[in-house]
Amino acid sequence: MSGAADSKPTGSSAARWLPLGLFGAFLALVMVGLYWPADREVVSAFIGKPLPAFDLPPASDDRPGLATAQFKQGKPRLLNVFASWCVPCAVEAPQLAALVQQGVEIDGVALRDRKDDLARFLVQNGNPFTRIGKDDLSQVQLSIGSSGVPETFVIDGKGIIRYQHIGDIRAEDVPMILRKLAEAESGAGL
Amino acid sequence: MIAELGLAMLWMAAALAVLQLVAGALALRPATAQLAGIVRPVAMLQGVLVAAAFACLITLFLTTDLSVKLVASNSHSAKPFIFKLAGTWGNHEGSMLMWVTIMSMAGGFVALVEKRLKEETLIATLAGQAFVSIGFYAFLLLASNPFERLPEPAPEGLGLNPLLQDVGLAFHPPTLYVGYVGLSIAFSFAVGALITRDVGPAFARAMRPWVLGAWIFLTLGITAGSYWAYYTLGWGGWWFWDPVENASLMPWLAATALLHSCSVLASRNALRTWTVMLGVIAFSMSMVGTFLVRSGILTSVHAFAVDPTRGSFILGLLAIYIGGALVLFGLRASTVTEGARFAVFSRESSLVFNNVMLCGILGIVLIGTLYPLLTEAMGVKVSVGPPYFNPVSSVFAIPMFLVMAVGPLLRWRDDKAARITWPVAIPALVSAASLLLVEVLFAPINLLPALGLAIAPGLAVASFMPLRSRNLRRTPLATYGMVLGHCGIAVALFGMASEGAFSLEKLAAMNPGDSQQVGPLKVTLSAIDPVAGQNWTALEATVAVSYAGGAPVILHPQARTFSNPPGNRTESALLTRWNGQLYAVLGEEGDDGRWQMRFWWKPFVPMIWYGGMLIALGGLLALLGRVASDLKRLVATDKIAFRRMRQGR
Repeated sequence: MSGAADSKPTGSSAARWLPLGLFGAFLALVMVGLYWPADREVVSAFIGKPLPAFDLPPASDDRPGLATAQFKQGKPRLLNVFASWCVPCAVEAPQLAALVQQGVEIDGVALRDRKDDLARFLVQNGNPFTRIGKDDLSQVQLSIGSSGVPETFVIDGKGIIRYQHIGDIRAEDVPMILRKLAEAESGAGL
Repeated sequence: MIAELGLAMLWMAAALAVLQLVAGALALRPATAQLAGIVRPVAMLQGVLVAAAFACLITLFLTTDLSVKLVASNSHSAKPFIFKLAGTWGNHEGSMLMWVTIMSMAGGFVALVEKRLKEETLIATLAGQAFVSIGFYAFLLLASNPFERLPEPAPEGLGLNPLLQDVGLAFHPPTLYVGYVGLSIAFSFAVGALITRDVGPAFARAMRPWVLGAWIFLTLGITAGSYWAYYTLGWGGWWFWDPVENASLMPWLAATALLHSCSVLASRNALRTWTVMLGVIAFSMSMVGTFLVRSGILTSVHAFAVDPTRGSFILGLLAIYIGGALVLFGLRASTVTEGARFAVFSRESSLVFNNVMLCGILGIVLIGTLYPLLTEAMGVKVSVGPPYFNPVSSVFAIPMFLVMAVGPLLRWRDDKAARITWPVAIPALVSAASLLLVEVLFAPINLLPALGLAIAPGLAVASFMPLRSRNLRRTPLATYGMVLGHCGIAVALFGMASEGAFSLEKLAAMNPGDSQQVGPLKVTLSAIDPVAGQNWTALEATVAVSYAGGAPVILHPQARTFSNPPGNRTESALLTRWNGQLYAVLGEEGDDGRWQMRFWWKPFVPMIWYGGMLIALGGLLALLGRVASDLKRLVATDKIAFRRMRQGR
């Protein structure tokens, strides 16, 4: 320890107050978060983005596979990520059937599934899907920002993701889904 | 009666804390200096009283006194003993009482044993500790009274969240809390030293055992928490970068940095300002973490005790304590002089470098944890996960591991590279060979796991290099502690990298009698049977696992249903081998009567937690070494004083 070094103060005066400044910024931030909480609905970062390119082989014998191009035909569609091993997927089946009755077209992505399991699932719960793609590696699921099953996406007629519904569609959600589809249609027309 | 007694003792302890603060503050003025004499006894008495209050709450939980609101809403008479006990702190009020208890007992303990520090600085430290405690007493007594009675005793308790009914819970939160709150001592030491302008080696030596102790508990707490989440939550992951996990990691990172800068200040009288700053930051991170978790401001996957209205109170405490300490720092930092100089190539420099890297990781974790709040304030919602944390923290972690291998070999103040060519070259060769091996045998592997698998063996070898050409019997315990701690980092890193690189997952619908191959293991589902526990029933699978055709081992994964309160939990079953772990989860029954089974084979994954335990063990050795040498010094100075006294006669 040298005498010369000892008498020299550390840091400039601005540096001494920097920690307090940073802490003030932190306080301001959490106060905004605490007193003006935004609603905590998680919205996918993929909303407004085009569907990534994919081309999935068919998952069942009676429906064709699924590719990005089929979402660019001018009419909004639903994309449902599901699996035969997923219990909520069976629970939401009547709602999907109701949507089909309203004239909605639904495509499915079957996640890490097996053909015989899937066939049994579709027999038991009905088959609302126009096409079913087989996603054994969760590639499509992950590339559209889905983290679980079931999830349902509203895709407009240009192949742009407009809405993401996380979890099963309940009966009370059906009007909202229809509204999102209508919005996607009018939005696509603009 | 017990509840009222507990509450009365809590109020008395709070009053003593006020007395401790006022007397301590007045004692720093020459006119009222004689008040210094009462500060130590008051601090000790306060610790005893609050410990007794906590014992009252434990008694209420153990006897399931349903006239107490907290017991009625968190416990149940049919719960096993261990979970009645754990129920005491498995809720907001109880855990805050535990927080205050640890804080005041630590303060009392400092008052009892700390003899090395200048008395004036110690009194300022105890006053600081009382100042911090008062806020938490106020929080307890005014906003979260654990002893509140119900107007009518409840007929039965509501029970404890099934996720929390696990032996892990009995030990994980108390361990973490000792760590979090132990850091309050470092905070008070820093504040005390700033007030009395006494930042020097003596201050660092006095503070070091406390930081070490808190750090050991934090390390154990994080390790246990990671393992608990791994096997109870049934997700098969060991770290999720969840806000609650980050809240425990941030104080650990700050305490790790503090530990190392303390040792520079203690032995070389350098890094004075930096050490004081870290002392403030470490406990601030504990408080920030607690705030983030308790206020419900961030959405977390395991938020067990959330209440937004309490957020305001904790936020006020944060503003007072952290803000106050930082104002003091701003005012006094110019009076803390720079301290001893050192060359670029020296042990000090390597420690400074790693301190900066640790703080870098701390910043990364803090920003990542707060980022959703920031974007939310701007109207965009995001969640931040491993794709951010893993690569960005690696930018700091990888250089840190490299310097960690070299730093302990360097001499203080100034050194020559030529002196340590071989001890550096050997681990470097080991790492290069590992990288080559990994790339040749297992390609393609992602970059980060591959780097981890390469760095870990080299780091393990390097961690033992400081022992070379030393007399092993005369090497201080603290050095062994460092060696073990660094080796533990290498072991844990290897486990993490191996998990990232080689994990295999298998999802299967199985009938009893079916078999599946999971990596080198053959798993056979033999049967599914109902079983019953003390307060749960479960479906239990019997799974026979054989490794590479060897003799089968039986595993019993369960899907448990709890009755009080109703809830489900998967109880995964683990087969641990020296070279990895099989993780088995029983899922739902399909409509066709087959069972959803989920298996992971995770090579070397237990090394993550073995590593964590090694790190804590290293800390323990270092602590024992420090305390032993302090005692020796104390005895020696006493002898000298005694001799002088006799000569004086």
